[in-house]
Amino acid sequence: MTDSAALLEVANRLVGRAEAGEQIEVACGHSVSTTVRVYGGEVESFTSAETQGVGVRVIRDGREGFASAGTLDADLLDRTLADARDNASYAEADPDAGIAEPDGVEAVDVDLWRDEVPAMTSDERIALAIDLERRVLDGDPRISGVRVASYGDSASSFALASSAGVQAHTRSTSAGLGVQALADDGDRTQTGYAGDGARRPSELDLEWVANRAVSRATDLIGASKPGTKPVSLVLDPHLSATVIGLIAGTLTGDRIVKQRSPFVDRVGEEVAAPSLTFVDDPTDPDSLGADSHDGEGLACRPNDLVVDGVLKGYLYDSYTGRRAGTGSTGSAVRGTRGLPSPGIHALSVANGDGGTLDELIAGVDDGILVFNLAGLHSGVNAVSGDFSVGIEGLVIRNGELAEPISECTAGSTLQRLLLDVTNVGSDRKHLPSGVSTPSLVIGNVMLSGSTD
Amino acid sequence: MIDEQTINRVLSTGLAGGADFAEIFVEDVERSGVNLDDGRVENLSSSRDRGAGIRVISGETTGFAHTADLSEDRLLAAAKAAADAAKAEGGGARTIEIESGPTASSDAQVDPATVDKARKVALVRRADEVARAYNDAITQVSARQGDNRRRILVANSDGVFATDDQTRTNFAVTCVAKGDSGLQTGYESIGHAIGFELFDRYDVDQLATNAAERAMTKLEARPAPSGTHVVVIGPGSGGVLFHEACGHGLEADLVRKGASAFADRVGQQVASPLVTLIDDGTMAGEWGHYAVDDEGQPAARNVLIEKGVLVDYMWDGNRARQDGRRSSGNGRRQSYRHLPMVRMTNTYLAPGDQTPDEIIAGVDNGVYVAKLGGGQVNTASGDFVFGMTEAYLIEDGKITAPLREGQLIGNGPKVLQQIDAVGNDFEMGPPGTCGKDGQGVPVGDGVPTLRVTEMTIGGTAA
Repeated sequence: MTDSAALLEVANRLVGRAEAGEQIEVACGHSVSTTVRVYGGEVESFTSAETQGVGVRVIRDGREGFASAGTLDADLLDRTLADARDNASYAEADPDAGIAEPDGVEAVDVDLWRDEVPAMTSDERIALAIDLERRVLDGDPRISGVRVASYGDSASSFALASSAGVQAHTRSTSAGLGVQALADDGDRTQTGYAGDGARRPSELDLEWVANRAVSRATDLIGASKPGTKPVSLVLDPHLSATVIGLIAGTLTGDRIVKQRSPFVDRVGEEVAAPSLTFVDDPTDPDSLGADSHDGEGLACRPNDLVVDGVLKGYLYDSYTGRRAGTGSTGSAVRGTRGLPSPGIHALSVANGDGGTLDELIAGVDDGILVFNLAGLHSGVNAVSGDFSVGIEGLVIRNGELAEPISECTAGSTLQRLLLDVTNVGSDRKHLPSGVSTPSLVIGNVMLSGSTD
Repeated sequence: MIDEQTINRVLSTGLAGGADFAEIFVEDVERSGVNLDDGRVENLSSSRDRGAGIRVISGETTGFAHTADLSEDRLLAAAKAAADAAKAEGGGARTIEIESGPTASSDAQVDPATVDKARKVALVRRADEVARAYNDAITQVSARQGDNRRRILVANSDGVFATDDQTRTNFAVTCVAKGDSGLQTGYESIGHAIGFELFDRYDVDQLATNAAERAMTKLEARPAPSGTHVVVIGPGSGGVLFHEACGHGLEADLVRKGASAFADRVGQQVASPLVTLIDDGTMAGEWGHYAVDDEGQPAARNVLIEKGVLVDYMWDGNRARQDGRRSSGNGRRQSYRHLPMVRMTNTYLAPGDQTPDEIIAGVDNGVYVAKLGGGQVNTASGDFVFGMTEAYLIEDGKITAPLREGQLIGNGPKVLQQIDAVGNDFEMGPPGTCGKDGQGVPVGDGVPTLRVTEMTIGGTAA
């Protein structure tokens, strides 16, 4: 059932059972994925996975119910619809509740499928992971081991149909590599993780992944706890993506209409440094977050978030868009296992004029080139904006890279991080997470380590 | 779930290429949840997942395939795929003698699936009312009641045949308070491996009040300090410190790959003599409890560190087989779609003999962390972080001003040596989900009040 048109038929069969006064939206998904993990030149595990699922949303009299099943078996499809109906009868009515109404926006045609993925053989997959592990082990004599090297790919189909006339189906492929290198300096073991993702394996940069894992681990050898003082953080595109992604998450409709974001009611205000512009643009076919339709079947479209430092708007799905009075921005995200909610598809930070990462580093007197951020789930409060995360990296002193540091934190708030951006690189990169961003320099971040 | 003849044929197919080991894991999970947000019961949701994962091991290579279709031909196809992936050579038929193994029934007294949904709705409604009534500054409340029932069957070519029936029920409230300093949040959650009788044990009014109170307290909070300080950790949620500081580092799969700061240290003093750390899957009703692990082994109580000396690591079947020893009952997986690996269950620090007041009174200047959030560890270097969601300054031996959220960072092997006081007031903490290699499993942890002589606090104040 990798055929997304066949999935759409399954969805339509359930939608066709909508009764008068009832809205039904059905999402069906199917994917085939393979993961190879290698260790010591041998396959540690080889997983072949086939997953499928259905999610049914029912709304009647403003009451919403949802049910899902990890199967497309006919008996459970019926039961899932019945459960969703039963669930809806217990929810409380909301005049804004409802599925998405098609809004006439034309969907762009983005081709997310590459035949290369389903054509991969087991041996080719294993060879990629083994090659990656070997390159890391051979990359530097100080590498003491590789915790795991892995290759995975998947081919997925997704279909969405609703009683409002939504008919969307798509199929996509992805492939990824990841490796964690260990470097032992006799006293402590340092780690370096690197990964890459693309729509097909031939676009993966295996050499870059291996080199990055090796250099991250070996550069940290001898890391010590630094002193406590305000510094500048230099973030390469991968780390910029993490930080800007966290902040963009607070600009999503659910957080806005429910007053759970530090950026509520601030459209038109200067919330960021004037050098910072970021949009969510799933219509950019080069972005790995590109898509033709959102999680409610509406056409994806570009949405400005922050332009020249000024907040321009938020991302809405149909429910939060109705509540906000703006309508959906085509920003619903979902799988089959949960309800749609507004989210980021393809966040894109515009290039600045700061040049390459090396040029950004050269312009910093007292800073840290960040390798890792730890504890993002426990150290960032998306409501208050409090930001406190563990960091590892290299000290930057007078524009030069110096000693490695670890066991310290970087503290600020999400609000201040945006305003404290002091330089934006010109090295924008499309990342596997779907975010595209250049490197960033953020000043005035409290580095907390030892107390003198 | 499936009959014995089918199991035998699946395992035989897995072994047909000459593999060392074959296993079938069948799972059927039903979940339900009621979500209130923004003053309204927004939706109820339910889900059903059933399927089987088939694992075939040859030497150190594991082949794994899973299917959501439990018909015999799909199971046999998955067994063949797993066997092919394991790339065993040689071959020949092997007869499998399935023994009857541990079979556990649910501990739940009231199956949540039998509870009227209106009663569940009433619980989240009540939490909303109580939290909003606590103070006008409480501007937003969300509440969720969830439960799930997970039935598993595990059979393998070593003759293991085991089943378990696990029920978990939980409840959580989050409040937002608005003040001059902006928005602040307060959170409270409970969860146990029991049925709906959870709500005979806990009062939803109290849970909602706790969440509202925490959010209100933080409106008055000042930025947390930065730099190193003496840290006193309150009972209960502080268990996450041990989960991160050494729990993960004591998982045998990470130890074996040199990715643990605790490798080759069994028998050594790895912690202060005040530290006795136990991982115990048998603690009935606790969030990380089960009768049978996801490899068919009975859960066990395992002493990891005794009076500061490292006693043993935690083991799953795969690591144990390769080291010629027994599993410690720590083989777990998120679902039938995942391979099992070494995981914690309920991890806790045994109580000591000091009173909490004595421990706090001994600090001139420091930080008291009443509630910890989640954390993360790099097991190789031992560095770990965890969030403090409710914390206060300690000045002249007394708890004083509330602090805004921040992270604590430390190095596991160092912090374990720097514990200089352990209280006599043990509590288990709130329910947790532990993530490892992309798989989440329910875990519990607990601690008495304890003191660490030096940790770095990730605040913003100088």
